[in-house]
Amino acid sequence: MDWPFLIIAGFTIAAAAAAMTLRNLIHCALAVALAFVGLAAAYLQLNAQFVGFAQILVYVGAVAILIVFAALLTRGGEPSQVGIFSKTWLAGLGVALAVLGVLAWAIARSLVTQDQAPPTAEATVKQIGNALMTEYVLPLEVVGLLLTAALIGAVIIAMRDETPNPVVEDGRSKPKSSAKPTSVGGHE
Amino acid sequence: MTGLDQVFVTLKHWLLGQLANILPNGLLPVVSVLLSIAAIIMVFASLFAIMTIMERKGLGRIQNRYGPNRVGPFGFLQPAADGIKALIKEDLVPRAADQVVHLLAPVMLVVPALLVYAVLPVGRNMVAIDFDAGLLFFFAVGAASELAVFMAGWSSRNKYALLGAMRAVAQMVSYEIPLILSTVSVVMLTGTLSPVKIVEAQAGHAGWLPDWFVFTPWGFAGFVLFMIAANAEANRSPFDLPEGESELVAGYFTEYSGFKFALFFLAEYLSLFAVSGLGITLFLGGWQAPFAALDFVPSWAWFFVKLLGLIVLFIWTRGTLPRLRVDQLMNFAWKFMLPLALINLLTAAVWHYMPPGMPRWLVGGALVVGPYLMLGRGLMAGKHISKRTYRYAE
Repeated sequence: MDWPFLIIAGFTIAAAAAAMTLRNLIHCALAVALAFVGLAAAYLQLNAQFVGFAQILVYVGAVAILIVFAALLTRGGEPSQVGIFSKTWLAGLGVALAVLGVLAWAIARSLVTQDQAPPTAEATVKQIGNALMTEYVLPLEVVGLLLTAALIGAVIIAMRDETPNPVVEDGRSKPKSSAKPTSVGGHE
Repeated sequence: MTGLDQVFVTLKHWLLGQLANILPNGLLPVVSVLLSIAAIIMVFASLFAIMTIMERKGLGRIQNRYGPNRVGPFGFLQPAADGIKALIKEDLVPRAADQVVHLLAPVMLVVPALLVYAVLPVGRNMVAIDFDAGLLFFFAVGAASELAVFMAGWSSRNKYALLGAMRAVAQMVSYEIPLILSTVSVVMLTGTLSPVKIVEAQAGHAGWLPDWFVFTPWGFAGFVLFMIAANAEANRSPFDLPEGESELVAGYFTEYSGFKFALFFLAEYLSLFAVSGLGITLFLGGWQAPFAALDFVPSWAWFFVKLLGLIVLFIWTRGTLPRLRVDQLMNFAWKFMLPLALINLLTAAVWHYMPPGMPRWLVGGALVVGPYLMLGRGLMAGKHISKRTYRYAE
């Protein structure tokens, strides 16, 4: 255990704890983003540049934005007056402990603890790219197909029924729906 | 040539050599990093001051007025006066605002804008960190600024600020895709994510043209797409509807005053310089001279000449084009820029595998011009465009 790791781990855990305990939902989302940054720092500390930067690009740049948008569009930004813990917190604790147990068991059995530390070759972006395009090309394609299907499914769900209401014809979409523009004008 | 070219590098080495006599050994790497940081902050912050006065003068010229002309000779000391004004103004925070997030938002915006300069090669041997995945670092850190914009808009507790932040985030997320896709073609052909190596790949000359990527069909298309997306990422006119004055007061920074307001401006211009610098690195040959005969000019001077050229281009665009509507903005990103950026990947691949010569230019050019024309015509089909008539204004 060295100092940088302890600092990063403490930071990440503190941010995650804040994400659970803060009262305001947006504050929780921002704390989650902080925890993502902490994880990225942990990857960088392990010399995994690609994973670390991808973590920031995807989670801080996209997922955190998605979370705050979802929170804003579904309910008011007012902090809830009732308790912050849900009534089923005991069951949640049980599930969390079970997951922790499985993970700890898997790590304890893995090669990391049994052998000496494996030769740590620094994985360059080039090596990752070569591995993705040769050895792991099938999983990559499957994931790509799955994501495309999810994307099309999301568009179909979000697509508005044409029949009942006439399309708003004032030439500008509502600001809140600007992320997914309602196509005004060029309707087929 | 080497003396003037490497003057800042040798200066830093000399300084470190002098400091090595005084400081303990462990502190030297820290001091070396601090020297690079100080240079970046000083140079680009003063470029910010120069650009504000250039922009106000230039826009004034375009709009047939003088622009600032009171402070100093021809008004060139105006940025200093503005800075002092911003520093001594009262800092107002709305009572309903979320105090902590409101305070953190401008800081969160400036820090990524400064961090991305770490991987920009501004001259030969002049880059703060030579990352293997430098390009990825640039985009990852840049993506963090979206969250800061949201924080600013949300914490102000102001409907205009929130609407501006929603617009800004939607716009930045949309235009990030063509921005990154247009750089992917460069990464494909150079086979590296390191900005330093990308600049080195553009050394040399083919005939009288330098080997810059902008002088290839895919590079030209990529450069134009990159600059449009960069303009939108920086929320500048004609894509400045997150801060459209006629609709949203000032958008997400409506409730900021004094130096925090100045920080928003600083972050906006810093990220504009950074993304222009990246465009130079990727497409305009970085710090390379355009002709071999001009190699005696220091490499850092070339970088900043190109940067100033792009800045003038941005000011010119801002003074010329009217603002888009929200639906036009989104349609432009998703229906026009995104398909063109994807086709550009194909163009780059075709260019790479065809032997050099005239056929390569013809096929590449057709792959750029054809989709552009077809897509443009297709999107305009069924729309009636005529001269706008005004009922009362004429």
